[in-house]
Amino acid sequence: MEPRIFAGPPAAGGPESLADHAARLGLVPRGSAAEATIPVIEASGLLGRGGAGFPVGRKWRSVAGQAGGAPAVLVNGAEGEPLSSKDRTLMRLRPHLVLDGALLAADAVGADRIAIYVGSAHRDARDSIERALVERRDIRLPVQLFAAPATYVAGEESAAVHFVNAADARPTVTPPRPYERGIDGRPTLVQNVESLANAALIARFGDAWYRGVGRSSTPGSALVTVSGSDRDGVREIEIGTPIGELAEVAGAGRDPRDRQAVLLGGYFGGWVSAERGWGLPLDPVELRDAGSAFGAGVVAFLGHDRCGVRATARIMDYMAGQSAAQCGPCVFGLRAIADATAGLANGTAARDDLARIERWSQQLAGRGACRHPDGAVGQLLSSLRVFGSEWEIHQRRRTCSREGFRSFAVPVVREKVA
Amino acid sequence: MLTAQPTSRAAAAELVVDRIACDGFGMCAELLPELINLDDWGYPIVRSGGVPDELMDHARRAVAVCPVLALRLRRSVRP
Ligand SMILES: Cc1cc2nc3c(=O)[nH]c(=O)nc-3n(C[C@H](O)[C@H](O)[C@H](O)COP(=O)(O)O)c2cc1C
Ligand code: SF4
Ligand code: SF4
Repeated sequence: MEPRIFAGPPAAGGPESLADHAARLGLVPRGSAAEATIPVIEASGLLGRGGAGFPVGRKWRSVAGQAGGAPAVLVNGAEGEPLSSKDRTLMRLRPHLVLDGALLAADAVGADRIAIYVGSAHRDARDSIERALVERRDIRLPVQLFAAPATYVAGEESAAVHFVNAADARPTVTPPRPYERGIDGRPTLVQNVESLANAALIARFGDAWYRGVGRSSTPGSALVTVSGSDRDGVREIEIGTPIGELAEVAGAGRDPRDRQAVLLGGYFGGWVSAERGWGLPLDPVELRDAGSAFGAGVVAFLGHDRCGVRATARIMDYMAGQSAAQCGPCVFGLRAIADATAGLANGTAARDDLARIERWSQQLAGRGACRHPDGAVGQLLSSLRVFGSEWEIHQRRRTCSREGFRSFAVPVVREKVA
Repeated sequence: MLTAQPTSRAAAAELVVDRIACDGFGMCAELLPELINLDDWGYPIVRSGGVPDELMDHARRAVAVCPVLALRLRRSVRP
């Protein structure tokens, strides 16, 4: 597939200037022409890229149809997921495509203000967006840049709105959801940066163009962040590309036997064994049906030299530490699960710890104000399925079968288009 | 024994907990053990399927007893 989001100058050239961007793509529809794109975005089948995979066009329509004052648009570039770097890469290299999407969305839903929410750790992305804002002459509504705190939960939609409203990036109780009452109590469209960049292309080239690629039931292309391969980085793929094919291009082996498992979606995603995963299409709907998730487009390969139990323990410890510490079940439940998981990983588990983390995990879903605990235990439960025998060995023998290869480093993904 | 399994009639209301406000300790569970269990830390686990008519009075009492107004009865969204 020819790149779409990353069409144009090579990554090494850095951010695309407004002149180059406009010469290459022309102008994005604005005003009433933008309103007329809502049915086009709907027809394209574009799904949100922040994790939940909600249809973008449907969200625009419902925000546009809300009572309660002129809406606001919140551009979500928080990207707190440790295994993802696609959003910061996109913001850095194609700032004008992201701004096009934001301006288009604002005009489409009738918004009179835009908040751009960029993870405070993503300096280059923020600088690039800031410079791009200065370059533009077609911005006729207030656009404000916010530095999202570097926490996992800061990118959750109600947390993002809360930060813009009150400088507090902790989720709030919903309903009302942000699309009903968000920034300044007004209906707010919270949309991931990659979703907006795609919308900016669909508005120009049409829904049929968007659906012109895609190898499974979900049309289009997507950005993914690959790690655990020889050539880690951000890639643009056709949705539905089998994991094994991506593994081969990225240098994660030609054969499922070259890897042990794959974590899909991110820390709130799900594991699949390499054997099962190699043939699975990277498609939000099909991965969900397979008990995993496309999530934010994370594809993290786990080698045979790594221990899945330890990997999971590291992730759970991180997730427990990232709880926004507001809801009892999340605060105590995730911490207890993480501690028991750590015990299993390092051989100090009590006899029934495995059974307990299973029970606690099943009890936790749906019992926080936000879906942070749901995501964390979803990942854990998938790990119990995929590394089942490994977990039992850890419980029974208090040892790790991957002797000599005990460390699991959470791969740090470089910001690079591979 | 009464159970809270989804009844043949769709329940008219469901219990929702404001997870941020809830302090645990489970006064609600004491009054409505048919529908509310506590987890290992004293936080409520509400059974799914809504509140059957015959438990509505108990449910209202549980809502009233919550010291931090974290428990609410909401009309079921599903018909
Ligand atoms: C714990 C948690 C963290 C999240 N972090 C992000 C994030 O960093 N960036 C993002 O775009 N969406 C994030 N989301 C998803 C948002 O809540 C929201 O669904 C999304 O921004 C909507 O945009 P989309 O429909 O374009 O995906 C997160 C969700 C949860 C539960
Ligand atoms: S569920 Fe956890 S992360 Fe979400 S608001 Fe509650 S305490 Fe915070
Ligand atoms: S009575 Fe209220 S605060 Fe106490 S556990 Fe029940 S819902 Fe939570």
